[in-house]
Amino acid sequence: MLDLTRKEVLERKALRINPCKICQPVGAMYCALGVERCMPHSHGSQGCCSYHRTVLSRHFKEPAIAASSSFTEGTSVFGGRSNINTAVKNIFDIYNPDIIAVHTTCLSETIGDDLGSYILDMDIPDGKLVVHCNTPSYVGSHINGFFNMMMGFMNYLTKKSGTCNGKTAIFPGWVNPGDLREIKRLCAMMGVDIICFPDQSGVMDAPMTGKYEMYPNGGTSVAQIRALGDCAGVLGLGEITNVEPVQLLEKKWKVPGKLLKAPIGVRFTDEFLMELQHVSKQEVPSSLETERGQLVDLLLDSHAYTFQKKVALFGDPDTVEGLTSLCLEMGLTPKYVITGTPKEDFARNVNALFERYHAEGCVVKANADLFDLHQWIKNEPVDLLLGTTYGKQIAKAEDIPFVRAGFPVLDRYGHTLQPIVGYRGAIRMVEKITDALMTRLERDSSDEDFEIVL
Amino acid sequence: MDEREKLLEKYQAKVYKNRKEHLIALEDPGEDGQPQSIAANTRAIPGIMTARGCCYAGCKGVVVGPLKDVCVITHGPIGCGFYSWGTRRNKAKGEEKSGGKNFVPYCFSTDMQEPDIVFGGEKKLEAAIAEAVELFDPKCIMICSTCPIGLIGDDVQAVARRTEAKYGIKAIGYSCEGYKGVSQSAGHHIANNGLMRYVIGTGDTPPKKKFSVNILGEYNIGGDGWEEERILRRCGIEVVSIFTGDGSFEALKNSHLATLNLVMCHRSINYIAEMMKTKYGIDWLKVNFIGVGATCKSLREIAAYFQDPDLTARVEEVIADEVSLIADDIAYYKSKLTGKTAGIFSGGSRSHHYQVLLADFGMETIIAGYEFAHRDDYEGREVIPFIKEDADNKNIETITVEPDPDFYREVYAADALAKLREGIEIDTYDGMMPEMRRGDVVVDDYNHYETDELIKRIKPDIFFSGIKDKYNIQKAGVSSRQIHSYDYSGPYAGFNGAVNFGRDVTMALYTNAWEFVVPPWKSQPMLVGSVGA
Repeated sequence: MLDLTRKEVLERKALRINPCKICQPVGAMYCALGVERCMPHSHGSQGCCSYHRTVLSRHFKEPAIAASSSFTEGTSVFGGRSNINTAVKNIFDIYNPDIIAVHTTCLSETIGDDLGSYILDMDIPDGKLVVHCNTPSYVGSHINGFFNMMMGFMNYLTKKSGTCNGKTAIFPGWVNPGDLREIKRLCAMMGVDIICFPDQSGVMDAPMTGKYEMYPNGGTSVAQIRALGDCAGVLGLGEITNVEPVQLLEKKWKVPGKLLKAPIGVRFTDEFLMELQHVSKQEVPSSLETERGQLVDLLLDSHAYTFQKKVALFGDPDTVEGLTSLCLEMGLTPKYVITGTPKEDFARNVNALFERYHAEGCVVKANADLFDLHQWIKNEPVDLLLGTTYGKQIAKAEDIPFVRAGFPVLDRYGHTLQPIVGYRGAIRMVEKITDALMTRLERDSSDEDFEIVL
Repeated sequence: MDEREKLLEKYQAKVYKNRKEHLIALEDPGEDGQPQSIAANTRAIPGIMTARGCCYAGCKGVVVGPLKDVCVITHGPIGCGFYSWGTRRNKAKGEEKSGGKNFVPYCFSTDMQEPDIVFGGEKKLEAAIAEAVELFDPKCIMICSTCPIGLIGDDVQAVARRTEAKYGIKAIGYSCEGYKGVSQSAGHHIANNGLMRYVIGTGDTPPKKKFSVNILGEYNIGGDGWEEERILRRCGIEVVSIFTGDGSFEALKNSHLATLNLVMCHRSINYIAEMMKTKYGIDWLKVNFIGVGATCKSLREIAAYFQDPDLTARVEEVIADEVSLIADDIAYYKSKLTGKTAGIFSGGSRSHHYQVLLADFGMETIIAGYEFAHRDDYEGREVIPFIKEDADNKNIETITVEPDPDFYREVYAADALAKLREGIEIDTYDGMMPEMRRGDVVVDDYNHYETDELIKRIKPDIFFSGIKDKYNIQKAGVSSRQIHSYDYSGPYAGFNGAVNFGRDVTMALYTNAWEFVVPPWKSQPMLVGSVGA
């Protein structure tokens, strides 16, 4: 496996090998799937739309609906106005969503299609909506696409009636339905009335009933998005994903905002709960204190098998930062921490974690790829890999235990139904990580050292 | 009104007019004996939720991506390279023939950024190639263009020529921008042209055996190509090259020295089959290794082509042995599957191939469709002269080849070939529809709405399609299998593959979980309260 990867590191400036990021439009599509009765629409060649639906279906094991402007060579020369007009008419006719969320592609961006003016001139049926955002694939990563689509929705839809609705807007960032359910549960337990935007739970974890629903019961409603401007405050979970959407709500509608870490691990979940406490002025319920206590208990119980074990983490910036924090709480050493997303704040944030826990000799890099990571591991190995599906190649090549988390995980079932956030999510991850390390310990031990009780 | 009419009724006039030509219910041949026609290889309607992909997907994803000793660099922003990384299950194994190198598990991209789009990306592409050469020392580099490349005017062919001059290796640039053509099909053609122009015929290692073939249009999904090669080897037939599953640049170079071309996926590779016939005189035989009966038929036709009594005897021996080895398994699965109905939506060939395999198990295919087939894949190649060219397919270059002065040779003179053709399909393909029955539904460029409606109205027991449809079909209560990727199973080709397929279909239909879809309280009468409570 990956036999052509050598130990000697060559500094690359042009060739990306085994990326750890995807392009903007897939992020916009996932974001739009978190809006109720919404059809995501890809304004470009139909291949983009197919690829994005494919990767989303493979991660969630669910249908991922979206339509395309199906550009041809002629469209690329004369512009995509006629295609988007036809597409919008057909989508409302055939698929009847309440709202169409258009995102661009590198093709429509390069030819300079002006979606804003196309939509303004468009014939849209009464009561239906079309919004858009720009997602040039050659800027940032799928994370940019995700937050750009959030801003597209908000730019078109949010209003301020002048009367505060007393709700708190929660921007959960790019997480799985299992995480969304956990975030909403924590808010409810803390007595905070929220609007979660976007919210793919219900949509991307729809139950099997024998009847296919194109728009399953779930997603942030248009009315809820409109009401974001009237919220008492906004909490962005994940500083990198949410900085721009939170700023938008602050600047446009004067909704006071706060950026928090993605609530992964003890500390970041504590911080989230204290922020919720600040909003609702309610005590943390004893049931949540019990969950926290169980998590800390588990950390203490298992520490002997995790202490100073080296782990390499890779994936999206906010998720990886949260998981790095959890790993440090477990006593692991996050030897290598990378994201493919080109955001230098990521390195700053993760370095702060290294300092806080006095983690020595650890490396963090944004805008990195899995080829980098593999070469580093060849030079100085790790005990565990923690990240997205493509890490499995390195895990096999170097015979390293591998725990999957983040996006995309294309090769396992059930993972999107369970959280990694909150104390419950942390308990799940600690179990997975210690299981992986201990299974390895047992596999490698000789018969005479093979313990029955651990 | 039939189900087809009811389904089409929902469309507004313009869409109706278009789609009614692509979605047909088969009828008996008319009085003139002419087979029914279908519209195909035309633009998808914007907004319709087509399953189709793009030209890049056809070129890089399908045809050139599987070449294991080639460093295929995607020139463009990161997405396209990422999506085509390890996602098609074209298995490959590094071996001596390919210099021990296997690039298939890797993804290479120029990851273009905004300044590259504004100021041009050729410099970055050349820098990327320099890094690839330093890191991997490949013998061949292929560059696949994504949408922005043609628009900003990067000349990937010129970069390829400079690469060849600078490093003394083979380099090929493909202008397979996503917007070209109407589907993946354009990309197949562009890839075929590149391989014909720059690779085929550049080697000089002749086959070692008396009977030698290339397998065209076999991408080794789930190891299909390996099963086919195993069987052919047993028969004493040498496989010179496979286009392109587990294939290599090194092997393709010598493909012109094989005696016969076997064509599996007609849609994606017929251009090379035709061009090799013209340039090297190599006949092609449309084979189908999907299905026990189909495999036996294809093997017998290969033997018939070579007209060698020893080979014919050997083929019969192998067939008898292989069939007896799997007979019990096939009989078992047939007992579980007979009478079940199926729908198949695939790319451009499998919907035909798999009907034959399903029939081995007593199953009937009542719905069949293609994403990107042309009329000849449905109706047979005789229709080709009557296919109208349009603006989209005119833009895809058709290259003209001449008989090669050194390597052109005919196995059979014209009259002998004509005689042989009376028994077997040589240099032609009769298409999918002639093998289907009256009333069966055939859909070209199927979309989400039509798939859902057909599932609801016609209710096949199992549907074979791709990942984008898999879960909506399953959620509607119909067993659903991916026929592009085999749901990570396979091989499905040949004799052993048929057994795997029978097992997978059986488990899809009989898995215990189906029992729990409806909660018991919904199918049983409610409990009543006790008297006197």
